[in-house]
Amino acid sequence: MSSDTLLDIEHLSVSFRTDRGKVRAVSDLSLSLKRGETLAIVGESGSGKSVTALSILRLLGDNGVIDHGRVVFEGRNLLSLSTDEIRRIRGDRIAMIFQEPMSSLNPVLTIGKQVAEPICLHRDKNWDEAFEIAVELLTKVAIPDAKERLDDYPHHFSGGMRQRVMIAMALACEPRLIIADEPTTALDVTVQAQILALLNELTEQSQTALILITHDLGVVARYADRVAVMYGGRIVETADAKELYANPQHPYTVGLMASIPGIEGDAGARLITIDGQPPDLADLPSGCAFATRCQHAHDACRTSIPALDPVEQNPSHRSACFGYPL
Amino acid sequence: MRAYIGRRLLALIPTLFFASLIVFISMRLIPGDVIDLMLAQNDIVTGQDRAKIEAALGLDQPVYIQYFRWIGDAVTGDLGDSLWQNVPVTDQLMASLPITFELGLLALIVALSVAVPIGVYSAMRQDTAGDYVARSFSLIMLAIPSFWLGTLVMVFPSVWWRWAPELEYTPFFEDPITNLKHMIVPAILLGLSMSAVTMRMTRTMMLEVMRQDYIRTARAKGVGEKLLVVRHALRNGLIPVVTLIGLQAPLLIGGAVILEQIFVVPGMGLLLLEAVFQRDYPVISGVFLVVGVGVLVINLLVDLSYGWLDPKVRHE
Ligand SMILES: Nc1ncnc2c1ncn2[C@@H]1O[C@H](COP(=O)(O)OP(=O)(O)OP(=O)(O)O)[C@@H](O)[C@H]1O
Ligand code: SF4
Ligand SMILES: [Mg+2]
Repeated sequence: MSSDTLLDIEHLSVSFRTDRGKVRAVSDLSLSLKRGETLAIVGESGSGKSVTALSILRLLGDNGVIDHGRVVFEGRNLLSLSTDEIRRIRGDRIAMIFQEPMSSLNPVLTIGKQVAEPICLHRDKNWDEAFEIAVELLTKVAIPDAKERLDDYPHHFSGGMRQRVMIAMALACEPRLIIADEPTTALDVTVQAQILALLNELTEQSQTALILITHDLGVVARYADRVAVMYGGRIVETADAKELYANPQHPYTVGLMASIPGIEGDAGARLITIDGQPPDLADLPSGCAFATRCQHAHDACRTSIPALDPVEQNPSHRSACFGYPL
Repeated sequence: MRAYIGRRLLALIPTLFFASLIVFISMRLIPGDVIDLMLAQNDIVTGQDRAKIEAALGLDQPVYIQYFRWIGDAVTGDLGDSLWQNVPVTDQLMASLPITFELGLLALIVALSVAVPIGVYSAMRQDTAGDYVARSFSLIMLAIPSFWLGTLVMVFPSVWWRWAPELEYTPFFEDPITNLKHMIVPAILLGLSMSAVTMRMTRTMMLEVMRQDYIRTARAKGVGEKLLVVRHALRNGLIPVVTLIGLQAPLLIGGAVILEQIFVVPGMGLLLLEAVFQRDYPVISGVFLVVGVGVLVINLLVDLSYGWLDPKVRHE
């Protein structure tokens, strides 16, 4: 692992105990992230993006099990830390922003208290000092009259404003990594662009690495350094953002690219649509998960799983496909 | 907020009117009336005496006249005199209401301090042995009537350990310790029977709340499990529990009637029971009026406590 590597996920597999038995949501997933880098994770609904994100901080619910793998952050495997040690990393070194601004803030606690809380938890500060920092943070995310709004409750805020509050909360302890799980999907289109620009600006300013989970390939083109495309619980292609747009390899990625009208232009809600159904995780095909929808599928695709191999000797661009004649 | 309370108080008036009407009428439907009882006790049998007593007590009038006379007086604070004791009903109520209030309050404290911690524990340790024990306890408390438990407490300790609960009432302000010694047993029994439902509700609500997105947010901030419950979950979970307590208020009063009888607590329950046996109509009406007002006031307090628990309500 090189010294500027911040996060290294190695062979992560996650499943859920369900009524239908054990369902594998993430399989043998590896990815790494440098300090200050922005990585976008894209993929259809159910491809395992959120599960991957939640696994990093061990926030899967009671029925989620990490079967194997390592999540090495700043040299420590987060998966083998004690509950108290991982708790001290959450909100301090790694912060998370969730999709639903309406339900992700506690309705009975004031905005001030919620933003100041991580500072109280992780820094040697009392509430008053933490409130002062909270005012600065809220000002930073462009909440007007931040000081007056400390005592307001979430229901006083619009969705966009709440997501700003979530960002302020995430930034509170100057984390080295922010994981934003579809932070704008629930918002109006115009607000989406503002929030993403803000998130991008603030993470860049503070040299914070960002994992940005999104459906929106326009967002990816604009803000991401690197991209990981997920399908059926695996990464099927990963590359530098520019390289991926210029030279997509995996048939699924190619399909994604084709399904959007144009990369530039307004950051509308370009939901990924490709013919066919996403795979059923409880009943994955034995070979390439994409084989049922892939127009290039051949016999090998249906029997064994393709490895995530470098494309044209370029180690930073990898694709999991047996290849096909162009 | 003040306007809201005012409106709520005004809304009490028609409710109370109908409640009193129902009480007044249903009371006359109990077989056997007061005159028969009085005549039987005094060995007077002539029809003439009966008419005289009826006229003296105002019972010769049609029921609706009696009702309007009663409600007219009630508005001025005069609930009439007891048919047997010749003392104003208001005096009897003033003497017994604080006692029942104390019993109810103690029971509520017992109920909450049993139900909330166990309910939270049960939810946090869902499907563990502790959870099953807690839930079984709640089921048992739900199934056992408090009069049975009351009788048990009266009988067995005295047989086994020669200990019996205190049965003599001492006013609280005269000697709080002796008072509490007497009141605590019925209060615990009443509180336990109330805690069963409250505990189940607390458990259900906590389980529900712990699934919410904002709990995940708090976890992601590094909030530990204890603080998660106390700061982030409990208040959200208690909002419906408070409603339930309001709904249980009439139950509480019903339980008090029985336990006051068993433990000789001279509260409204005892007053009511004696009055019913003696068909002492003004007393019965008076007690029900107070109970009605009591239940409505409790529900008003419940609504107001939402304001404290739920900031959304506070600002509307
Ligand atoms: N708590 C859970 N219990 C059972 N299965 C789960 C749970 N959470 C996720 N899964 C399963 O894991 C799969 C991947 O879910 P995940 O939330 O990671 O998808 P996603 O890529 O984030 O999709 P979306 O774009 O809809 O957010 C889902 O298909 C789902 O079946
Ligand atoms: S491995 Fe085969 S089925 Fe899978 S994407 Fe490549 S060509 Fe298509
Ligand atoms: Mg998701």
